[in-house]
Amino acid sequence: MDTGLTLNHFLLVSGVLFAIGFAGVLIRRNLIVIFMCLELMLSSANLTLVAFSRFNTTDAGLPDYNGQALLFFIITVAAAEVAVGLAIIVALFRARETTEVTAFTSMKH
Amino acid sequence: MTFLFYIFAALAIVGGIGVVANRNPVSSAISMVVSFLGLAALFIQLDAYLVGVLQILVYAGAIMVLFLFIIMLLDLESEEGKRFNPLSTLGAVVVAGGLMLIVAGVLKRFEDGSRKLEPLSAMEEAPSDIHQIGELLFTTYWFPVQITGLLLLVATVGVVLLSRREIR
Repeated sequence: MDTGLTLNHFLLVSGVLFAIGFAGVLIRRNLIVIFMCLELMLSSANLTLVAFSRFNTTDAGLPDYNGQALLFFIITVAAAEVAVGLAIIVALFRARETTEVTAFTSMKH
Repeated sequence: MTFLFYIFAALAIVGGIGVVANRNPVSSAISMVVSFLGLAALFIQLDAYLVGVLQILVYAGAIMVLFLFIIMLLDLESEEGKRFNPLSTLGAVVVAGGLMLIVAGVLKRFEDGSRKLEPLSAMEEAPSDIHQIGELLFTTYWFPVQITGLLLLVATVGVVLLSRREIR
């Protein structure tokens, strides 16, 4: 069965998603949406990792599972990161009553 | 197979654009779930079943629920009336377009990139991927797993500390 799909297809989708997330970080001013765009960029990097893991077959003809084990760690770290990040956003909201990045211009107060 | 790839890739990309373009943070979060579901389908197409399921459970499930919870807790007003800053929009489009050009240029020179996605016959007899990844995690990567556990503990304590009332 010839699927016609190549490694480049997946890498390109990953690149497009990364660029969208990056553009979102620059365009949006709401902290929470910026944080979501960061997650999007992280996920698109995951797609690259899975694609390379699948195409870099081992001698036994299996995908390279080391890459997928790394992905397990990335997902765990991302979950921890989101929890801490959202707690910081809630603390910032308490201080300023807003989540617009333009309101956070000084380190003090 | 090929048209499924295009459907799910389009789903992931349209969801991603929705995150950026939606003024309402709740709509952004829902677009994000759509994008993650598309990504999970791509993972499964790459024979990474465990990772695909984890993507749905952890990202589309836990993380996005946390986002929605915080959006509703903070009672954010929608940015309906406000327009995006034209200068930053222009800058973002230029930078993202430049990034895409670089990615396209690199992929064009990347010789292994034209390798075809062929079904792996060895996967049918071998233990399942969850078995293989689990074995790796508990043998080769036992120490990183411990560190990750510690990280989760630190994150939990940190979140509790950050959420206290006195912190301003």
